[in-house]
Amino acid sequence: MLRAVAQLAALGLVLLFAAWLLLNLGDNMRQSRLSFGFGFLNSTAGFDIGETLFAYSATDTYLRAFLVGLANTLLVSLLGIILATILGVITGVARLSKNWLVNKIAAGYVELMRNTPLLVQLVLIYAVMIQLPSVANSIALPGSIFLNQRGLSMPRPVTEPGFGIWLAVVLVAVGVALAAHIVAGRREDAGRSPGRLRLAGLLMVVLAAIGGGIVVGGPIGLDVPEQQRFNFVGGLTISPELTALLFGLVIYTAAFIGEVVRGGIQAVRRGQIEAASSIGLTDMQTLRMIVFPQALRIIVPPLTSQYLNLAKNSSLAIAVGFADLFSVSRTMANQTGNPISVIVLVMATYLVISLVTSLLMNIYNRRVQVLER
Amino acid sequence: MSGGELADLPRLPPVPEPPPVRTIGLAAWLRANLFSSWMSSLVTILVGLVVAYVGLLVVQWVINARWEVVTENLRLFLMGQYPIEHAWRIWLALAGLSLLTGLTAASAGGPTRALATWLAAGQAMLGLLMLDSPMGTVAALATMANAGLLWLAFVVALRRPVPSRALGFAWLVYVPAALFVLHGMGGTPLDVVPARFWGGLLLTFMLAIAGIVLSFPFGVLLALGRRSDMRLISGMSTTFIEVVRGVPLITILFMASILLPLFLPGDLRIDAVLRAIGGITIFSAAYVAENVRGGLQAIPSGQIEAANAIGLNAFQRNLYIVLPQALRSVIPANVGLFISLLKDTTLVFIAGGGLLELLGIGRSVLAQPAFFGTHLEVYVFISAVFFVLCYAMSQASYRLEAAMGVGTR
Repeated sequence: MLRAVAQLAALGLVLLFAAWLLLNLGDNMRQSRLSFGFGFLNSTAGFDIGETLFAYSATDTYLRAFLVGLANTLLVSLLGIILATILGVITGVARLSKNWLVNKIAAGYVELMRNTPLLVQLVLIYAVMIQLPSVANSIALPGSIFLNQRGLSMPRPVTEPGFGIWLAVVLVAVGVALAAHIVAGRREDAGRSPGRLRLAGLLMVVLAAIGGGIVVGGPIGLDVPEQQRFNFVGGLTISPELTALLFGLVIYTAAFIGEVVRGGIQAVRRGQIEAASSIGLTDMQTLRMIVFPQALRIIVPPLTSQYLNLAKNSSLAIAVGFADLFSVSRTMANQTGNPISVIVLVMATYLVISLVTSLLMNIYNRRVQVLER
Repeated sequence: MSGGELADLPRLPPVPEPPPVRTIGLAAWLRANLFSSWMSSLVTILVGLVVAYVGLLVVQWVINARWEVVTENLRLFLMGQYPIEHAWRIWLALAGLSLLTGLTAASAGGPTRALATWLAAGQAMLGLLMLDSPMGTVAALATMANAGLLWLAFVVALRRPVPSRALGFAWLVYVPAALFVLHGMGGTPLDVVPARFWGGLLLTFMLAIAGIVLSFPFGVLLALGRRSDMRLISGMSTTFIEVVRGVPLITILFMASILLPLFLPGDLRIDAVLRAIGGITIFSAAYVAENVRGGLQAIPSGQIEAANAIGLNAFQRNLYIVLPQALRSVIPANVGLFISLLKDTTLVFIAGGGLLELLGIGRSVLAQPAFFGTHLEVYVFISAVFFVLCYAMSQASYRLEAAMGVGTR
């Protein structure tokens, strides 16, 4: 009885407070002629966005502008997660290296990233980007990649005639290889030797890709950027804003992922590795069947929160002038005189992104956990 | 048994053993750590060349950089627009901090010593920087005297340790006292210096310390609420925690700085600094709550049953049995959180509201025509300041973990 009263009292207080806030909001909005509602989404946005994944112009609606921002956020998050994972695993392994120099460099990199604010790193990288040489004096990196104050230009893969057939052949080969992998796994579970099924599958995919490619006559071509006087023609050019944001997010998050990976690998007990070699597993098998599954089990939950952090940190794009979800929404909030609805929309969108990411990672996490009896 | 049997066996010539592998000395260290295999040697040489090249570039840049942008504007970086005739208040607050830190480091030992060392070194370095700036010799001497005061307090307290209760009390008094000295109050000899004049490192510290102090109790309450078996309370706490953790800090700060005034009566104006502190506190509390929840879950149920068995009520059980154990085990995790909080204070300048903490001051300095194009110098300086602060905190946290035996008991 007392507990019910206490709960109702708490709820009542919260509701009362919310009602007070909302009443004030009503007064203030009437006074300053602000409105609430989502009707504004259909009116003309009237502002331009530098970088878009799909067609957008200032005459499009606010809804389309919002979607452009959302697509940009998703693009940065996805690319960032992939690149940060790769760099993070390299960092984590380097932190475990017996080579003193490699170990200390990785440690220094991790400390530097973890102890300085991401926002400062981003504006620093952006300041470096716009001080880069002009297009005429681009820094040429191996593989026809060019870096200059207009951004990063690189070759873009393009499909040639015959790509469809080649893709079909490769997909079939991948399917067969996957089947071989599953059969090999069943054999292992049953205590029999998997033989060379996996190797055969891998070889088949490689053969299908190369052989098929030769038969079709080059299914994928490269559109190489060509230097003109003021810009690059062809290829893929990423703006300095996106380059700075992506680079900053990746090197920052990779340092954290590196520590997660290191912790995960170190947490696998020595006895496990000794036991594996005593039953005659090779180093590769030990890594693949003993160390990796156990490390993964420890790594996945903290890795998930690093992915979520990266997605949320992409909202710092506004500091380097990249039009992500938050940046577009802020412009919308200023222009429409409807800041409450805009911020509700933005927060709900970020919540959905976070929830979907954790959902996917939870499914993956469940797959790598041990089944406890 | 005759004694000669063994002696009669033919003696084998001594086998020459290979010389023992040297395990000490420079050469042995190099072989073990840098050139253990041909692969390792190759990596060492390649990486070493790259490091040497990059290091050379960095040294060249540091020597040629226009550091006058930092020294000329040092006052702005440190205290923003805080009126110069009131600057002595900052040194007074700093002197209190040095004194207490020195006493604590000597009496409590452990992780606080790392913090004390960093604080003293930081003040000494700042003093050196000030010698070269328009802030002048007096300010430089005041800052260095502060480092000296810390050292003096440390030496004195080593001889006569201060009891921990007195120390705790002194810190509890210090925080509001320092706020009072810095902000002042109408009707007292200390004139009010409105928070909008605060800036630079002073504001960064203010935001971080207020955020840490406020978000901790709030987070503990939320964690208890989430674990409560009262459905309504646990539901409300869970919703709050998950919503806050699902959105970026910048959206919360944006809400606090732009939208909060819309939710308050027209005549109630909340200062921009307070709004930012509110936003940071709300954000940080949700993360503290999740940390504390981890600590709560780690408490064996026997503890709670025992508390019930001796007749403690829910309030007593939490206060005397559950929380002391739970909070102890999550202190290191919370230190990590507070490092992020310190770094996150930089976000207030893009959230609007006109607050110029360290990064904001940096941007406004860059807007001066005289310092056009010194972005790198300014940002590297700001990064260095944050690095020293955060590195000191993380070192203290490592020692704390070791001292508390986290993971070993």
